[in-house]
Amino acid sequence: MRSYSNTYIFVFSAIMVIIVAAILSVAAMTLQPFQKKNVEINKKQNILTSVNIESTAKDAEALYEKYILESFTISSKGEINNEVDAFNIDMKKELAKPIEKQNLPIFISSLNDSKQYIIPVYGKGLWGPIWGYVALGDDLSTIYGANFAHKGETPGLGAEIDTKDFQIKFFGKQIFNEEGQFVSISILKGGAADPNSKYEIDGISGGTITSNGVDDMLKDCLSSYESYLKSIKQLTPEMDIENVSEVVSEESQVNN
Amino acid sequence: MSAEKEPLFSSKNIKLLTEPLNDSNPITVQVLGICSALAVTVKVKPAFVMAVSVMVVMAVSNVVISLLRKTVPPRIRIIVQLVVIASMVILVDQVLKAFLFDISKQLSVFVGLIITNCIIMGRLEAFALSNKPWQSFLDGIGNAAGYGIILIIVAFFRELLGSGTVWGFKVIPESVYDFGYENNGLMILPPMALIVVGVIIWVQRAKNKKLVESN
Repeated sequence: MRSYSNTYIFVFSAIMVIIVAAILSVAAMTLQPFQKKNVEINKKQNILTSVNIESTAKDAEALYEKYILESFTISSKGEINNEVDAFNIDMKKELAKPIEKQNLPIFISSLNDSKQYIIPVYGKGLWGPIWGYVALGDDLSTIYGANFAHKGETPGLGAEIDTKDFQIKFFGKQIFNEEGQFVSISILKGGAADPNSKYEIDGISGGTITSNGVDDMLKDCLSSYESYLKSIKQLTPEMDIENVSEVVSEESQVNN
Repeated sequence: MSAEKEPLFSSKNIKLLTEPLNDSNPITVQVLGICSALAVTVKVKPAFVMAVSVMVVMAVSNVVISLLRKTVPPRIRIIVQLVVIASMVILVDQVLKAFLFDISKQLSVFVGLIITNCIIMGRLEAFALSNKPWQSFLDGIGNAAGYGIILIIVAFFRELLGSGTVWGFKVIPESVYDFGYENNGLMILPPMALIVVGVIIWVQRAKNKKLVESN
């Protein structure tokens, strides 16, 4: 084996590191616009999925323009703030702030002649962050649709939260009880949920920690919107009654 | 050296490609890369994408190390290998994020895990450091293919028995479930991957007498 001087080793490693650094930074810089675009499109797709619109990477932007009417942020007290760009808010950073300072984004869509209020949620699963969007119907309590995603939950177990089979369980559930109190949706360990309950669903068997993560995420994130949801509810009390009866009739149809 | 006259696909070179598929399979014979075989084999699709990514990383880093083999000081060769692998993995990750976003989402953390795949470093150390670029390239492709085949076989059984699907499609009909059949939740957990790999090793040794130790 040939021997190399220390100088050679130092020069060799210095050159190697510089070349590698240069290649990687050039790659990162040239690819960044594409990556940003992908992340943005993906976010729009997720928002659209929460109101049950299927989109592809190609038509997501057009559909988003079409169905999402407006987006703004609110404070935890329910005051609307139009100055912040709701779309680009990083939920992780926002939730790390004290609750009075948080700018909570909300997206409003219009489908089937009614309004949906789409609320982003963010929490932690077993291995990493989980997040999603929950859309409320225009009675501001019934879940119109939900979409969840995760960074790296166990495939086949916790990762099932991003499947339609899991998300469909949320449809028609309510986050406020009949007395108007905030109850969120409870995700219970496999099979324990009462099928007639409006506030409970079954978790994923084998994915208990992820299911608990979704449960905590919903409670934490949705509760910050409580005052806002209640404030618009008070503005339109008559709509409330109408929709409750609608939900009841829908449910009886399901039961039949 | 006679290498200049040696055809690109001489029988010796072909052997570099085919040997890792069976006689010197990285997982079942050399027992390398077991860790990722446990992690990504719950479903077939991520296993397949993982196999392809490993193939790219392995082929390119084999070639790079082979080109550098006469200049790399032996004392820091492991670090050099690691730098080459790590930068390749980052590049692959960045490219996937930019152009194949859906797949990149599925693989998420596993792309980073390619760095820790012992097969890659094993081949760099054992082969690329002392062989020419073309042979190293073939060796990389061959070993990655041997690794990928096992990954896909394991993933096939785990997904079929654990989730009742293959490549995400339902293959076990609903009527079977009506008779009381249930997906085996144990198949989804990592220990079953080890057992499946064990069964594959058993079957392979039963068929291939060359692999049976004489003692």
